[in-house]
Formats: sequence, structure tokens, C-alpha cells
Amino acid sequence: MKLNELAATKLMELLRNKECSALEIIEDTFREIERKEPEIEAFITLTKETAFENAKRIDEKIASGSELGSLAGIPIAVKDNICTKGVRTTAASKILENFVPTYNATVVEKLNAADAIMVGKANLDEFAMGSSCETSAFKKTKNPHNIEYVPGGSSGGSAAAVAANESVLALGSDTGGSVRLPASFCGVVGLRPTYGAISRYGLLPLASSFDQVGPLGRTVADVELLFNVISGRDPKDSTTVNFKTKNNSDFDVKNLKVGVPEEYFGNFIDEEVKKSVLKMIEFFKKSGAQIKKVNVPHMEYMLPIYSVVLTIEAASNLARYDGMCFGLRAKEFKDLEQMYANTREEGFGDEVKRRIILGTFLSSSESGSAYMQRAIAAKNELLKAHDELFKLCDILITPTGPTQAFRLGEICDPMKMYAMDLCTLAPSILGFPAIAVPCGKGQNNLPIGAQLIGQRYCEQLLFEAGKFFERNYL
Amino acid sequence: MKEIIYKGSEPSLEYDVVIGLEVHVELSTKTKMYCGCKNIFGGRVNSNCCEICLGMPGTLPTVNKKAVEYAIKAGLAFDCTINKKTSFARKNYFYPDLPKSYQISQANFPLCVGGFVEILLDEGRKTKKISLRQIHMEEDAGKLIHDESLGLTLVDYNRAGVPLIEIVSMPELSSAQEVKAYLETIRNTLMCLGVSDCRMQEGSMRCDVNVSLKPKGSEILGTRCEIKNVGSFNGAVKAVECEINRQKDVLNAGGQIKQITMRWDESKNDNVIMREKESAVDYRYFEEPDLPILEIDEAEIEKIKKTIPELPNAKLARLMKDYGIVYADANLLVSNLDKCEMFESVAKLEKCAPNKVANWLLGDVSRILNEKNIELKDSKLNVRNFSEMLELIEEGKISNTAGKTVLEEIMENDITPLEVIEKNGLVQINDEEALKAIAAEVLSTNPQISELYDKGKTNILGFAVGQCMKLSKGQGNPVIFQKIVADLIKRG
Repeated sequence: MKLNELAATKLMELLRNKECSALEIIEDTFREIERKEPEIEAFITLTKETAFENAKRIDEKIASGSELGSLAGIPIAVKDNICTKGVRTTAASKILENFVPTYNATVVEKLNAADAIMVGKANLDEFAMGSSCETSAFKKTKNPHNIEYVPGGSSGGSAAAVAANESVLALGSDTGGSVRLPASFCGVVGLRPTYGAISRYGLLPLASSFDQVGPLGRTVADVELLFNVISGRDPKDSTTVNFKTKNNSDFDVKNLKVGVPEEYFGNFIDEEVKKSVLKMIEFFKKSGAQIKKVNVPHMEYMLPIYSVVLTIEAASNLARYDGMCFGLRAKEFKDLEQMYANTREEGFGDEVKRRIILGTFLSSSESGSAYMQRAIAAKNELLKAHDELFKLCDILITPTGPTQAFRLGEICDPMKMYAMDLCTLAPSILGFPAIAVPCGKGQNNLPIGAQLIGQRYCEQLLFEAGKFFERNYL
Repeated sequence: MKEIIYKGSEPSLEYDVVIGLEVHVELSTKTKMYCGCKNIFGGRVNSNCCEICLGMPGTLPTVNKKAVEYAIKAGLAFDCTINKKTSFARKNYFYPDLPKSYQISQANFPLCVGGFVEILLDEGRKTKKISLRQIHMEEDAGKLIHDESLGLTLVDYNRAGVPLIEIVSMPELSSAQEVKAYLETIRNTLMCLGVSDCRMQEGSMRCDVNVSLKPKGSEILGTRCEIKNVGSFNGAVKAVECEINRQKDVLNAGGQIKQITMRWDESKNDNVIMREKESAVDYRYFEEPDLPILEIDEAEIEKIKKTIPELPNAKLARLMKDYGIVYADANLLVSNLDKCEMFESVAKLEKCAPNKVANWLLGDVSRILNEKNIELKDSKLNVRNFSEMLELIEEGKISNTAGKTVLEEIMENDITPLEVIEKNGLVQINDEEALKAIAAEVLSTNPQISELYDKGKTNILGFAVGQCMKLSKGQGNPVIFQKIVADLIKRG
């Protein structure tokens, strides 16, 4: 038995019963990393040395009988757009290739306080802009189920690391589906929490209105465990909220009302994906849940709303990478203007530039801030429609991605790449929680993930429904 | 408002001047606007910044509650409406002193809207209300330091993130003098509220000035030009005067005004062009997603309202009425709270006429403070020793001249006026016999005094009294000297 293949919940039990040591867990994990990493390339930076030190420190804690944190000894991969003090944080961009933060993101502080052990910084699409992990400036992560395929993105490194047992847990970040899509492609569980549930302090921003840190694991229970450690109000992030997720310990599937939105099962969804997700819905029906066909209006506005807000905010968020205070500074320049231009020309990849240019245009006074205003108006319509929807049902079940993982290099058209997010955009735009749960496998041994969407602050219901499915679905 | 371009086809046309101001004032909170760094002037370069005010990737702002309170206080003092819901916005532009490459400011939902600044003109005989568009909150940027010897520009981020309010007027000012009065009123008011120290020399109060001309009586505004970042009252006055003259010249020569942005160059004593309209910056404002809408409840506003003290204009009117002092003195007093407080405390003791208190305070006391480059509170002058000194003069125990010596001493050392007098033998001589002897000596050593007097030059008496004072080492009573000298000459 290799310890790194076990669930975090199981490892915690073994550790507390002294049936294994933190060092053994970390040894097994790094053995796996060293074996698989040359092929999978899930990590940009590995933190082996500190991981072993921390493992020893935790074993000492166990030996001395001190109280253990709730993730004691559990290996975790941290997406490389989350700041780690003293450990290079690149956002998979050349512009931050040598950037070493002077502070820890709040989620990292919480992991440390919980005695989790960071094994490394996971690869991603550059500044989390992408759905395949291919826009990383440094490496292309492969899907552990079939290395000719992408792991999904942008948290591709995080999902692949967990799927390949190179880590037990991982932190990703989800702006338009960046936790859920790679979780689905790699056959792991990934949560996008309610907006404001988890601190963004220390997360390199893509679009501040949508960005959320999200936990990944191989089981729903593991994701729940990690969520409980990292969530909560943070005085450093004014957009966080203090909420107790509604307690659903009395969960009974017979009381569960599942909404099945017709629009998520249209022609753009791959047949195998559709079949697999419908089978999951069938399972809930057989288990006694009420299944309701529902409609989500304005699906065609999802991508436009998302693109407008995202690019405008991203253009502003990425403006600080100008060669002045941190990150890359171009070597050749004649004046200030040129320093800015050359630094950004050299430092940013094509997708990042594309979005900065679009966002700059969309927010220019020539466009009279009309795009942003209309996007917000449309978002409010969507919100109203979804609030109505959730009067009829407790959760929605939809596909996570329109397809299974695709081949590396298969999608080059940016518009086709953006369409990968179609099923995951609504929760992002509305700030609702959604969890991707594996629900089967399709061709080429590639996993398929279903998405369970809840109302704000209803993470617990998603966990309970997910766990029920995991336990009982064959 | 419609803008049209005037072709100054009619030379020597009369113009109306239209001026609007944006005044930036640093708030004197303990910490910065969006982080916990100290808000202090000076300090070692880049010693007073953190990840947040340096805009390090991933950091987030949080709003300084005290700064909001101060801004509300300012808004209430100028009769603004306080928005119950206010939000922040990003003003995007690239500049080395701006670490995030955007400034967190306010746009669509500023904290305070409307209101006015009432300025006093014509020695206080006239007032004019300048309407405000809004007062909003924002953060200051760092400071560029140009090092000629290294040929480098360096940046000090200590000031980055210092809380600012921007007071935006409507284009209702019409002369450089009004600009000066407007700026003075704002400074006096904010200092009185205790929300800013308004030290222009430290850059804690700066303004952008917009100037345009239109044919007299016309309803339509002309093309405006902006002068950015003026750092002193005199600078603002001169910048406005220069710009009015320039625009007049252009129009009178048949030219048209192009929209340009300038800055005031103190050394050149003129405005220098920064950019023309074609290269105008597009700030691409949008709502700051990192800060939620700020809700301000009525009770909070009421609480702040109660802390607002008597404001400068009311104070000025009261000083003139209660103490009978002139506008110029009252105006100087309200611009310095410490002096004003000292004035009122001493005047209330009624040791001498209030205008004498004001004269001493605004004359010799201010002169000495200026010479030493200190503030009143840094000197040893207090209500007690100051009023004692005035009393001694009033009672004729010391002369005005001796008073100045006493003042120098009591402002510098822990010593009472009486001790100064004893130490320096400054007691005024009122004894007529003693004074007569001195006067006789002066007249005998200066025979020309009597001759000139006889020829009708009676004002020579002043010179004679001066000589008597000199001979008495300032101790003789000048009033008695005057009488004695006159008597002696007349007697021949």
C-alpha cells in the first residue's frame, strides 16, 4: 500500500493512530513525484526539502503528544498563482519567472496552521488564462489518465498532481471553471466555493469579481475537509463573508430536489458526457430524489458577460507588471514608455496579451463604459432567473465540461477554447458554489465529471449529495 | 455643458474668466488609506511601505474607517450630501509612482456630493458661494526623486497609499483672487476640523486648476486648459493669472484655445505644457471589485456632525463682532488655530484692548516665530506670560520697546515677564524729574532741535523723543518725554 494513494481522511486516521508517520507519507509522495513528474509535469517548483522538514516536525508533534492541525501531515499541491513566502510564485508567466513573494496568501497561512505539507507549486495556464494548461510559459502538464491529453485548465497542475497521486490534496483557483474543468478532465473532485467563502488575499488576481481559491481532492470528503480549513472571513479580504455553511447532517436523498436544466444538455455537449451525467441523474432518481426539468434563461449571454468583466478586470489587475517594482524588467529600453512596452511584450504570452488588449478596449472611454454596465445589467437578470430556479430545486446537475479532455494542441482557436467554460460560467458569474464530481469514463479511458450547482452558502449540501453519490454509485 | 472653440475675431473683447478647481488634501489619519502602514511625512526612503501599498501581486486593499470619517466630516463642513452607499473605482494609468498602475479612487458613487465653499471677498464685505460637485476619497502616489548626478529617477513609496480627499468645485470661480480665497477657506476649514494639517510645503494640499475664457456675458463655456499639481497658494494665483493672460493673448490675436494640460513651474514662474488633447490619458474607470460597496448609516453621520467645531467663516465674523478687530487681523487669526485660541484666551482677560493683543500676536510674536521657523506651540509663550507682559505695558510699567525685549525672552526661556524686567532693568521711568534731566541733555547736545522747531518744523519733536528713549536705554516713558521735550523747547 502506498500512502500517497490514500484519501486525506484515511491518512489522518492512520496518523492519529500512529499506524504511519508523516515522514512515510511524504516519502511515498515524493517517490511518486520523482517517478511520474518527468512525464506528467504537474509542478513548476517542488518544495521537497521543506516538505521533509515539516513532516519531521509533525512527527515530533505526534511523539510529544501536542495537538495536531486538522490537515496534519497531508501532502498538498498549491497552484502557482497563490503566494508562498520565500517560494517562487510565477503564475506560469515569464514576467514573474523569478518572483519570490515576501508574504503568504491567507489560504497558505491556514494550511500551515493546519499542519498540511506543501509539496510544490502546481502548473497552470499563464495567469490562469486558459482551459487546458497549455498557455503556461514553462511546461505542458499531461493528463495522468492518458498523457496525450490535456489535464484541463487553468488549475491543470493541481488536478493532475492529485489524479497522479503526486499529491493527496491541491489548491486551485477558479475564475470561470478553472478548478472544475481540470477536476472533470482528470477524474478528481474540485469545488468552486461561494464567492467570498475563501480569502483571495495572496491569490494573483485574474478577474477579482470571479476569482476564488478552490480545493481539489480524490474524494468529496477530502475536498470538504480542505474547504473547512481554508474558508472563512479574512480581515485582509473585504469581499469575504462570515458564514456557516448550512448544516445538512440530516441529509436524506429522498428530500433532495434535483434540477436538470435543459440548456446544459444541448448539441454542444458531447454524447458520452451527456450519457454519463444523465446516468448520474438517473441514479439520484432511483435513490428517491425528485428530478425536475428546468430551464436556465439567457445561456447565450454567459460568455459575453464573463468575457467583458473578466478582460476589463484582468487588464487592470495585470497592469502592475510593468517592470517597476517586481518581476521581469526588459533589458533593452530607451525611455520609460519603452521599458513598459518591452517588459510586457517579453513577459506576457499571447493569451494574456489578447485579454489585456480586449479589456483595455472594452473599458476605454470611447466605449463609454457601456460594455461593463450592460454586462452587470445582464448579470442581474441572470441572478434573478437563478434565484427563481432555486425556489424549485436544491441543486442543479449539469456536465462540467462540454467534452472530455482533448488532445494536447488540439484546440488552437481561442473562441473554441473559451467555449470549454460554457457549463461552468453561471456559478462563476453569480458567485454560487459548484462542485465537479467524477461520474464515469468515456473513450480513451478519459474521465467525465458532473457539476453540482448549489445556492450561495450551500456548500454542505453539495458535499452531502456528492458523498452520497460516491458511496452508492457503482 | 457644451464646449465651443472661440475664434477671437474681435480683438480686445472683454472676457469672463471661468475657473474650476480640484483640490487634493492628505488626511492626517494615523495609517494609510488601504493598509496598516503609518501615515507620516518624511522618514527614510521606502521605509514606510508594505506589500499592500507597494501593490505586490495578490495583495488586497481594506478601507481605513478613520479616513472615511474624516472625509465625511469635511463633507458636512461644506454642506455636502453624504451618500449612504458609496463605492470605490479604479483609475487606470501607468506611472512609476503608482505601484498598482491604478489608483483606488471613487467615480460614480463618491462619498460626498453637492455642497459649497463660501468665500469672503472685498475685506469680508462680500461673500460668494462656490458650488461643489463632489468630495471623494482616494490614495496618494509615491514620489519621484530625480538624481542629476546619477542620471537616474528614483522612487520613494512612503507616500503611496496616504489617504486623500479630492474636493471638486463647479466652474464658478472667476479670478485669481477668488482662487486664493477659495483655497484659504478650504485650508482653514480642514485644519479647524482637524482632518488635515494642510501643509502645502509638505505637499499635503495640492490643486489642479481648470481655466477657460468666454466673451463677457456668454452662456457657453470656452475650451478649458488644465494646470496640474499646483503646490502653493501663491503658485495657484500666479498660475491662474499667467493662464488668463495667455488665453487672452491667444484670443485677441485671433487664435483659438487648444485643450492642453500644463503644470506650474515655480522656477520659470510660468506654466509648462505637459500634453495636448490628442495624448489625453484615458483612465478607464470601473468599479473596484476588491472593495464592496460601503454603507454609511445615518447615526454615524449624526455622530460625526456633533464633532464639528465652529467653522472659520463664522469664527471670523464673531471675532470681528465680539472683539472689534479688523477683517485683516481676524482673517489671519482664523488661518492659525493656535494663535486664534491664544488671542481669544488673552483678550478675554481684558488686560488691554483686543486689537492690541492681535497686533502683538500677528506682529512681533509672528515675526519671532518666523525668524525661528517654529510654530506657536513650539515656543514658551502661553496665556499667562503673554497677558502679564501686555498688562505691564498697559500699566505703563514698561514701554512698548521694552515689551519686545520681554517677548523675545519669554518666548525662548522659562522666565516670567517680571523676571525679564528685573534682569535687564527694563522698568519704565515715569519720574518727571529724572526724565527732564535726560531731555535737557538731549537738547543741549542737539541744539539744532530747538532751531528747527523754532523754524516751524514741529515734527522734529519725534526725533527728540527718540533720542531721549535711546539715552534712557528705552526705559523712559515716551508719552512723558513728549510732553517734557515740548515744554522745554517752548520755554526756550
